[in-house]
Amino acid sequence: MATTADTFQAHTEDHHHDHDADHKPAFFARWFMSTNHKDIGTLYLIFAIVAGIIGGGISGLMREELKEPGIQILGKVAMFLNHGSAVGMDQQLHLWNVLITAHGLIMVFFMVMPAMIGGFGNWFVPLMIGAPDMAFPRMNNISFWLTVAGFCSLMISPFMPGGTGNGAGVGWTVYAPLSTTGSPGPAMDFAIFSLHLAGAASIMGAINFITTIFNMRAPGMTLHKMPLFVWSVLVTAFLLLLALPVLAAAITMLLTDRNFGTTFFDPAGGGDPILYQHLFWFFGHPEVYIMILPGFGMISQIISTFSKKPVFGYLGMAYAMVAIGVVGFVVWAHHMYTTGLSEDVKMYFTAATMVIAVPTGIKIFSWIATMWGGSIEFKSPMVWAIGFIFLFTVGGVTGVVLANGGIDDNLQDTYYVVGHFHYVLSLGAVTSLFAGFYYWFPKMSGKMHSELLAHVHFWIFFVGVNMIFFPMHFLGMNGMPRRYPDYTPAFEHWNHLATLGYYVMAASMVVFFANIIYSLIAGKKAADNYWGEGATTLEWTLSSPPPYHQFETLPVIEDNGHH
Amino acid sequence: MIFGETLRNRLSVLKALTTGLPLALLSSAAFAQDTATPAAAASSAPAAVASGAATYVPMGPDMIKGQPHPGAMWFQTQYSPIGHQALWMNDYVLTPVIIGIVLIVLVLLIYVMLRFNKRANPVPSKTSHNTLLEVLWTGIPVLILVIIAVPSLNLLAHQYKSPPKDAVTVKATGYQWYWGYTYPDNGGFEVISNMLPEEKAKAEGFPSHLEADKRMVVPVGVPIRLQTTGADVIHAFAVPSLWFKLDAVPGKINERLLQIDQPGIYYGQCSELCGARHGYMPIEVEAVPMDVFKAWVRMQPGGTIPGEAPAAAPAAAAAPAAAASAAPVAAASAAPAAAPAA
Ligand SMILES: [Cu+2]
Repeated sequence: MATTADTFQAHTEDHHHDHDADHKPAFFARWFMSTNHKDIGTLYLIFAIVAGIIGGGISGLMREELKEPGIQILGKVAMFLNHGSAVGMDQQLHLWNVLITAHGLIMVFFMVMPAMIGGFGNWFVPLMIGAPDMAFPRMNNISFWLTVAGFCSLMISPFMPGGTGNGAGVGWTVYAPLSTTGSPGPAMDFAIFSLHLAGAASIMGAINFITTIFNMRAPGMTLHKMPLFVWSVLVTAFLLLLALPVLAAAITMLLTDRNFGTTFFDPAGGGDPILYQHLFWFFGHPEVYIMILPGFGMISQIISTFSKKPVFGYLGMAYAMVAIGVVGFVVWAHHMYTTGLSEDVKMYFTAATMVIAVPTGIKIFSWIATMWGGSIEFKSPMVWAIGFIFLFTVGGVTGVVLANGGIDDNLQDTYYVVGHFHYVLSLGAVTSLFAGFYYWFPKMSGKMHSELLAHVHFWIFFVGVNMIFFPMHFLGMNGMPRRYPDYTPAFEHWNHLATLGYYVMAASMVVFFANIIYSLIAGKKAADNYWGEGATTLEWTLSSPPPYHQFETLPVIEDNGHH
Repeated sequence: MIFGETLRNRLSVLKALTTGLPLALLSSAAFAQDTATPAAAASSAPAAVASGAATYVPMGPDMIKGQPHPGAMWFQTQYSPIGHQALWMNDYVLTPVIIGIVLIVLVLLIYVMLRFNKRANPVPSKTSHNTLLEVLWTGIPVLILVIIAVPSLNLLAHQYKSPPKDAVTVKATGYQWYWGYTYPDNGGFEVISNMLPEEKAKAEGFPSHLEADKRMVVPVGVPIRLQTTGADVIHAFAVPSLWFKLDAVPGKINERLLQIDQPGIYYGQCSELCGARHGYMPIEVEAVPMDVFKAWVRMQPGGTIPGEAPAAAPAAAAAPAAAASAAPVAAASAAPAAAPAA
């Protein structure tokens, strides 16, 4: 019921699983050589939390620096990284660029993606389609450890020479020629190599998900009966598979330009810096949907569960995601409006970009229609999900503004853009991650979290992130460029408020971690289906946590025939 | 071109309706505000006005027009025709639409939370389809987007209007980390512009981080052909109060029409990450009346006015070279040679 018009009738023996089904390998083999989708999912989630703490800590440094005009803390941080000896002004300013680069790359490639796809995708795609595991369990393991290796490469980068100072200071977009001739030294190569590793990991993950979803669904589960979360991961996997090779090509060309004398992006040798931007954004725009689509899927499950109603317009919801994925591939140059595109190109990308608002609108209205007529229970995942709908709408409408090439001429590369994409990512994707976390954490751990703390977490987080990111729209409209460590005093007012917002948001994270620790130590044992009648997908037919090997007898999905 | 051409023709009628009227109102209001300023600027120039020949004296802080304001929540006041049109589009088309959408979603969310919570509605319905509703919430957004697209594409068409042949050409070159302004029609001299140190700017009453030691001086009220290029990495020439932003890309010359309504100072900042001192290479445009602009050009080493014999200026300026470089640069010139000492 949760996400399709039909009620699943799962015939499963898993409540009476025998000892074999729950036999776990020893610690090292279990966690370091894992082939079990649930263990790998857990590893991904832990990894994403660690990366999130680092990436979020960097945000704290950045907000502290931006609290007032002038250079506040960069000197101290640079000195700390330089083993206690003071560094010059240019090195301090370079450190700022290293921080923004690291923050962006960590949050995109090592926090949101591993959590959404590696974590929740690995855990729940097989459970929701009634499969015993992923199609390629060993490849699943390689994917995870390549992601870890990529993260290590990225973490080494700030300690390597990078031209002006240590580290790669080029922004997450790694634009040439700043990333080629503009950044001598191995720091940039380590950062680029980190993207290669993370990209390879994601491509393998995508192949794994596509194969699993196409071949391993339980008997009777047609594509049109799949839960929407599975749909969202399927669409995401296709985006990864088609977009990441283009990124891989672009950054390989960066490497050869840097190290082997090619001139793909160097006009002195007949190359073009703008070519890099086309290649990057051909990947980069689908990438933003890669980060949000699994969130869409989770929100659909949650809204349906706590409204105790099937998702409204299931097919429309599934194909809206497909449409977003398809159109997402033909709008990339709206990130490049000021690069000197011709008039017709800019007109095309303006029109095409606005088209994306239509399937996005379908999703938002369908979520509300799912709640309409429901019997809504405001459990913590539902509160996070409703918060998501609102915040994502705010982030979406500023996207409609930015889509207009003529308007973007004033907003491109300002804080307005920073505000916009943090509303869809930091407030959209991350909010959906927390919604999914509270929805499934007891299923994964077997222990209930504190609902009170989860609600407190939501409200403090909601206030904090809005304080951080809403004023950024004002700063951007008033002209503050992004990627600046320092500013004219006119920009102080809203920057100060944003920094205060960061403290509030940080406090909410304390509540989150307290809740995890509480639940692991003292949490009540979770029942099989702790959310009750509204939760109807297959994972709720299993114990909490599910047996080490589930569905050894495949569940059969009955066709109760009204479609 | 077909795509843009057709649209422009189709839009010409709508254009008059959607932008012409409000624009006319806006720009006439803007001009009305400032009829006195050119005179004021001229009179503030000391002496030398004798023979009717204007002199250039750098404007003081009282002439700052385009700058950010503390606590401001909106766009800066606009001082270019394209700025008026774009701001109108933002204020009267986009803003009502996006606030409307957010409010509709918010009201619906609050309504369903109150009306369909567990207490108010213990038995959930099983409705999961409503074709009419689904068609409506697909169709209405499409309609809204088409309505937005009309002024949006019209704005783009205006932004791409080519400058007339006799427009003054200024080439802004982004260097790590300062700007160079070259005047190819006026002898090809280059003005190197660095940020004024913070204390000095404050002492003189200018905003820190924005004031430069040398300004990009341009004539007011006439079309300017502004070209941008990068000497090392990509920079971006941006002036928020003129609704102007154009990347300065190495190996490539971008060109766009710029026209400034009023004499004054207009601040901007580099808007593409370009390395360590990205935040410290401000742009300062000073728009002055044409005769003052000419006077300023004559003051520059090698500065000439087209069609005018190089003034008494001793030697230095090579007139033939200047004439040759007067033609708008079409070919891409790669990174200009090493930066002059700043
Ligand atoms: Cu720059």
